[in-house]
Amino acid sequence: MGALGELLNGFGTALSPENLLYAFLGVLLGTAIGVLPGIGPAMTLALLLPLTYALPVTSALIMFAGIYYGGMYGGSTTSILLNTPGESASVVTAIEGNRMAKRGRAAQALATAAIGSFVAGTIATLLLALLAPTVAEIALLIGPADFFAIIVLAFIAVTSVLGSSRVRGLAALGLGLTIGLVGIDATSGQQRLTFGIPELADGIDIVIVAVGLFAVGEALWTAAHLRRAPIQIIPVGSGHMSRDDWRRSWKPWLRGTAIGFPFGAVPAGGAEIPTFLSYVTERKLSKHPEEFGHGAIEGVAGPEATNNASAAGGLVPLLTLGLPTTATAAILLVAIQTYGIEPGPRLFDTEPELVWGLIASLFIGNTMLLVLNLPLAPLWARLLRIPRSYLYAGILFFSALGAYAVNASPFDLFLLLAIGGLGFMMRRYGLPVLPAIIGVILGPFAEERLRTALQISDGDLGGLVTPLSVTVYVIVVLVLLWPLVRRLLPGKAAVPVLSEAAHEVEESHSHHGLTESVSAERGVGGEDRTP
Amino acid sequence: MTSAAPGSTREQGRSEFGVALFLGALGVLVIVQALLLPESLIVRGPVGPKAVPLVVGTLLVIVAVVLAVDIARGGRGEPEGGEDVDLTGRSDWATMALLVAAFAANALLIESLGWPISGAILFWGAAFALGSRHYVRDVVIALVLSVGSWYLFVLGLGIALPVGVLRGIL
Repeated sequence: MGALGELLNGFGTALSPENLLYAFLGVLLGTAIGVLPGIGPAMTLALLLPLTYALPVTSALIMFAGIYYGGMYGGSTTSILLNTPGESASVVTAIEGNRMAKRGRAAQALATAAIGSFVAGTIATLLLALLAPTVAEIALLIGPADFFAIIVLAFIAVTSVLGSSRVRGLAALGLGLTIGLVGIDATSGQQRLTFGIPELADGIDIVIVAVGLFAVGEALWTAAHLRRAPIQIIPVGSGHMSRDDWRRSWKPWLRGTAIGFPFGAVPAGGAEIPTFLSYVTERKLSKHPEEFGHGAIEGVAGPEATNNASAAGGLVPLLTLGLPTTATAAILLVAIQTYGIEPGPRLFDTEPELVWGLIASLFIGNTMLLVLNLPLAPLWARLLRIPRSYLYAGILFFSALGAYAVNASPFDLFLLLAIGGLGFMMRRYGLPVLPAIIGVILGPFAEERLRTALQISDGDLGGLVTPLSVTVYVIVVLVLLWPLVRRLLPGKAAVPVLSEAAHEVEESHSHHGLTESVSAERGVGGEDRTP
Repeated sequence: MTSAAPGSTREQGRSEFGVALFLGALGVLVIVQALLLPESLIVRGPVGPKAVPLVVGTLLVIVAVVLAVDIARGGRGEPEGGEDVDLTGRSDWATMALLVAAFAANALLIESLGWPISGAILFWGAAFALGSRHYVRDVVIALVLSVGSWYLFVLGLGIALPVGVLRGIL
């Protein structure tokens, strides 16, 4: 087994005292920032991007891996202890976790989340280590024409998430692609959309876009709708998981891992669908279905494991193809690119120390999280009391700092503000942010592949047609026409659990007081569901 | 919950056409810009520097039209939720304006005054905009953050930040 040998080498890299320290720092920073309400893992990574300018690449990525997992764990702490609906990936955890906390079982909810994350993260990272080299080998065989097709599929898949408006997803994608076009065209040397502004000739730095969309946009949006009423924070309390809690948790952990990993590996819009899927599955299989809605431990254990497994699953396409499937993975890609490294099939050959060090540090970070979080949960909970004025002022402060550090140019700060304004508009009108950031990152890449493919075929459009690319385009068309396709399928063909999960997603959206925010398009989808 | 803010959703209904308009205008801009590009001599085949912008611009225009139809048929974009977000009220434009002012002040002053001062102005202004009224405590926190981050970046990370008027002092 070559992969295991490489993994051992990776542990050699990751276990050096310096890198251990960076992993520890990453886990600590990630959890601390992730616990802060309003800051998700994507924003945490975006705000810490400037660190990549100073650290060596392997150390930085090991640290970012810690932040990646830490930020996610921090988010679930928030949703369990805070009596308000949180961000999409932890919405499901909040359903049962918050009820458990209200019944005085916050410590048990946090424990099953922490141990479930550890179990799922470890299994999923092992799967990543075993699968990724094989995927990379296969990926080496695909040409630029196929690659272009796969990127098109990724674009369409992230915009067509179940239970959300497709037009708005495409609008966000279009905005991202437009930002990606700005700058000098690499092939012909012509300036596109620069309007003669010299600062735009090199394109808009991806760090500015990421910080603008995720940090400034989010801070402005939250500031405009800041909850003035004091929020209730439920104390962690004490107590351990009882024998019964363990018995009811371990199966959901494993099932959550099985659901999360494959969903993370395909670009299908992040952790929301798989976590709901896990929730619905657990409710179906539970011996205590009556407890769901009143704090069932399975409803925390399953989705939390799913969440972590899908995060590890998301690293498969990221490291082997350079395709991010979630916002957090997209920022991780940005971090790798700031070092001039292009993630893709060759990464395993050209940067083995980096890749395997990163994977090994995921195991280490995961273990550190477990050790840190079980005893430190009450301490983290105190972070929830930070005054909101300081919290959001701090986000703007660090955003400006990070953006200025890119080029030492005040122009970038105005650009950051403009992109932050765009992020605000997108949040206000329900345009998802993920397709936009994917468009900015992958748009230029897709164009380059397209033009390489056509140069190889000497301009003949037939060069884009290969067996693989045709298959991928057929999938693209199917995804695009899904509402029509579904109508043609016999009623039983749709997976019932999946449609139930989609239904739950819509329900939870409307429960957040947004009942009128229904897309006309979605209304049509609603008719289809009834057989 | 929705009954608390019927005005805000109706207000959004009309203003959401603005989003469609913005997307359409952006699409036209991208298309026109692409058509104005001079012919490239080294291009082989149909995909030169113009092709992708033309496709993206067309995508934006089509999306704008479809979005406008969707809004006219009663579709609404769903505002994003969050732990600290209360969607029952209207957007708080006064807070927004103050935040943008604080942010722009930093951008304008960073070169002349230096980050330790302009960053402090940004933090203090943003905290004020968000309702903090502990003026003195805020100044102290803002200065500690800006001076601390300046030292961290310049000495710790080796990234130059403007020192401005405090040259020789820090």
